[in-house]
Amino acid sequence: MTDLKKDYQKILASVQKPVIGEAGKTGTWSRLKPVIDLEKCIPAKSGKFSCFNCWLYCPETVVSREIPPKINLEYCKGCGICMEECPVKAISMEEVKYE
Amino acid sequence: MVNVLDIVEDEYIHPGTRMCAGCAMALIYRFALKALGPKTILTVPASCLTVLHGMQGFCTTKLSVLHTPFATTGAAASGIVSSLEEKGLADEICVVAFAGDGGTTDIGIQALSGAAERGTNFIYACYDNEAYMNTGVQRSGSTPLGAFTATTPGGKTRPKKNMPKILEAHGIPYVATANGSYIFDLYEKFQKARDIKGTKYIHILSACPPGWGYDPKDTIKIGRLATETGFWPLYEVFNGKFILSKPSKKHLDASNRKPIEEYLIAQKRFKDIKQQDIDNYNSFIEAQWNEIKRRLENQ
Repeated sequence: MTDLKKDYQKILASVQKPVIGEAGKTGTWSRLKPVIDLEKCIPAKSGKFSCFNCWLYCPETVVSREIPPKINLEYCKGCGICMEECPVKAISMEEVKYE
Repeated sequence: MVNVLDIVEDEYIHPGTRMCAGCAMALIYRFALKALGPKTILTVPASCLTVLHGMQGFCTTKLSVLHTPFATTGAAASGIVSSLEEKGLADEICVVAFAGDGGTTDIGIQALSGAAERGTNFIYACYDNEAYMNTGVQRSGSTPLGAFTATTPGGKTRPKKNMPKILEAHGIPYVATANGSYIFDLYEKFQKARDIKGTKYIHILSACPPGWGYDPKDTIKIGRLATETGFWPLYEVFNGKFILSKPSKKHLDASNRKPIEEYLIAQKRFKDIKQQDIDNYNSFIEAQWNEIKRRLENQ
């Protein structure tokens, strides 16, 4: 009985492990990457926790909510939403080499 | 209204998922999980969200997820809720079913209707990208009039199914519409739904770059246009009371609404839309807002 229960558990409940980069390094998907101009960026310029539209609208969770905001280029797919949503146009898409 | 600093910093999705670049659903999912918190069990049918969760053995979310067949989302959620009630954890843990528009309006509607009728204590969230995007853009019940899909090459001839209204007719305590481009509104609605007892339904419009045919960087803009043109009004029905959400309030006045052409022209799927369909859209929007006005006045 217990053996049968164990077997069922094995089949029914395959345990999945949470991992970063399940689809590999998604940073390789796009040539163009966002670059923040810190002279225009609102939180970097004022030193205050405000704006963070890039963090807010990133579907990939690669932008951090800190001063100045940092972008994890290893996993950034380069969709460009942050560039469009930046109220002061501080983000531009450029060809960036990263390791 | 929450602001950017009120939103929880914790992320429940790891970066490096299989979603297309610029996917609004990934954004919606990210903020829904933030609003719901760590004490959540999810159930997901076959959809783009299954793709986000990844291959067997690995998972991109930090929460418990039960993958179910297409037609059984509501039933699976009912099962989870019953087992939690049995263990005395029903008040602590929030059960959320997250499905696409195909899994909600077409295939999963009977299980959802059953769960709503039973009054199962769970949230059903439908992210609506208006076609079966996961399998290659086939028409669903939620595809809007005139839209090109793989199975409607000349544009769809029937209008979109009004799913929030169907769920409202079940007499459940909370029905809401949301939009991936209005993150604060979406966040508040999920937080509100979490604290209500009974069946909660949230229908979220989710822009899809490959399926709708636009540049991924315009995801937020296109989603916003859907609400600004009056096509996708944001509202809540809480215990029978109709509440118009903040982003949609100004659209009560027809002069504040943008012309529907702006929304249609921005997307390749409406490339061949006929003037007759545009007129149909205009009369639909007019009728929709007249009804909203009537509902606001008569309560």
